[in-house]
Amino acid sequence: MSSSADSAPMHLRATQSGAVGPVVTRPVMRVEGVDVYYGDFRAVTDVNLEFGLNEITALIGPSGCGKSTLLRSLNRMNDLIDGARVEGEILFHGENIYGKGVDPIEVRRRIGMVFQKPNPFPKSIYDNIAYGPRVTGMRVDSMDDLVEESLTRAALWDEVKDKLKQSALGLSGGQQQRLCIARAISVRPDVILMDEPCASLDPIATMRIEDLMQELREQYTIVIVTHNMQQAARVADRTAFFTAQVSEGTGARTGVLVEYGTTAQIFEDPQDQRTEDYISGRFG
Amino acid sequence: MMRSLQDSLAGAPTMPLKTGEAPRERRPGPLIFLVLLWLSLLIAVVFLVTLIVNIVLEGGSRFGLALFTEYPASSPDRAGARPAILGSMWVIGTTAVLTIPVGVAAAVHLEEFADKRHWFNRAIELNVQNLAAVPSIVYGLLALAFLSLLGVRDKNIVIGGALALSLLILPVIIIATREAIRAVPSEIRDGSLALGATKWQTTWRQVLPASVPGIATGSIIALSRALGEAAPLLLLGALVFVSFDPNGLLSGFTTLPIQIFNWTGRPQEGFHELAAAASIILLGLLLLMNGLAIYIRNRYQKRW
Repeated sequence: MSSSADSAPMHLRATQSGAVGPVVTRPVMRVEGVDVYYGDFRAVTDVNLEFGLNEITALIGPSGCGKSTLLRSLNRMNDLIDGARVEGEILFHGENIYGKGVDPIEVRRRIGMVFQKPNPFPKSIYDNIAYGPRVTGMRVDSMDDLVEESLTRAALWDEVKDKLKQSALGLSGGQQQRLCIARAISVRPDVILMDEPCASLDPIATMRIEDLMQELREQYTIVIVTHNMQQAARVADRTAFFTAQVSEGTGARTGVLVEYGTTAQIFEDPQDQRTEDYISGRFG
Repeated sequence: MMRSLQDSLAGAPTMPLKTGEAPRERRPGPLIFLVLLWLSLLIAVVFLVTLIVNIVLEGGSRFGLALFTEYPASSPDRAGARPAILGSMWVIGTTAVLTIPVGVAAAVHLEEFADKRHWFNRAIELNVQNLAAVPSIVYGLLALAFLSLLGVRDKNIVIGGALALSLLILPVIIIATREAIRAVPSEIRDGSLALGATKWQTTWRQVLPASVPGIATGSIIALSRALGEAAPLLLLGALVFVSFDPNGLLSGFTTLPIQIFNWTGRPQEGFHELAAAASIILLGLLLLMNGLAIYIRNRYQKRW
């Protein structure tokens, strides 16, 4: 495979900066010309992406390519970091989440997040799930039913139904991560962002999370950052490849989106030399 | 590659493991250091034991029910520390009620809400550290001045003493609470905020409950420091003959350390024994409070 970007079909062509992806038929989120800064440091530049309904999109690339930074910008978790700033637009159902009058609290409720390290609250399993609906003031007919539904969707109910009052910290790492997924879906978000959700798990726990993601796709839009290319190949419908571009003058590293396409196309027919080098293990 | 590795494994190691000298752990340098450490520990323990033994020997004969039930009297045989014990409880209780909410609130603001890069907050932070090192008598002066400004004539009242002691331990409680809050992993905050909780909800429902053991431990240790203080209370005029039970915030009072100070200054040997006996109570109370702090720390310590 030696084709360059120039020979790619028009709709798959990777441009100099950013990338034009394949047509996403039912986009839930659209990232348009986004740059993310920390103070004066530009961490990511000129990203254009779409995330489709009931699809899993994987963001892959070497360390420091800005994929986690971008992910945290998608639900305004980056607001919590001093000096973080987003330029460009991130549209959620057509509305810019950084627009005037948009409440970041509401953005985060609609766009949930699962973190790299399982982070259950030091409370009971039940209270971990009930926390989100309670603090967001969700109207719930029966909290018990909501807890059961969330845990069932996260494929954890059978393992914990007899110990809902016990501390969540007593669960195994894989169970804790599924609890965090159940917690994320308890507030009924549209999108779930996952930041390397399996990075601290063993292969069997990882497999269970991956199976779970396939089930969750039926109802949610999922964006996952992963270091593990096999994982992206296994679970994702679409894959976006990022890399770090080193500025010649200052030596600053800025993340750029190199290529975005269906997972099959990215892994079997990459249009950019850098993508090919990365997925064939030549760097990163 | 494999080949050379195998060779080096099979052949003699480049550095023999048998050095022919004494094991490094047994050489004189480390041994001397260890002996010095033990000596330091010994000195500390010897002084503590001497103090306790001395007090118990001197005050043991006077340590009895009468010490808890009787009022001060002109004869050591009829005197007890009842008002001092009750006074200490009143003052420390009031101090706790005054200080803990303010201290915790200040720490929460500094740690969770204040912009740490702003000069004003940094100045406050630095000053809280400094205030913790201010001599207690200075806080006594401050409380005295404050009460004078308010026009309070009789300054030896429970609320006045509590005010002085509150000023004294407020920085300690703020520092301890900040440590406890800082120990809550940021992942917990992120997890809460990512669900759509507000900053306030996250602080109130996640961060504070998780730091309660640390706050409790710090507060108890700070209060036990206040319990042993005499200087700021002396300044308010607490060195008086109190022969009644304190019964309110405006009531006159004396405390255990001051009662001990008072008795020590009397010429009769009997009062010196009473002072030692009262010291046993004070030490027992301090031990109890510190023990409780350690218990809370170990029992409720969160491991993430």
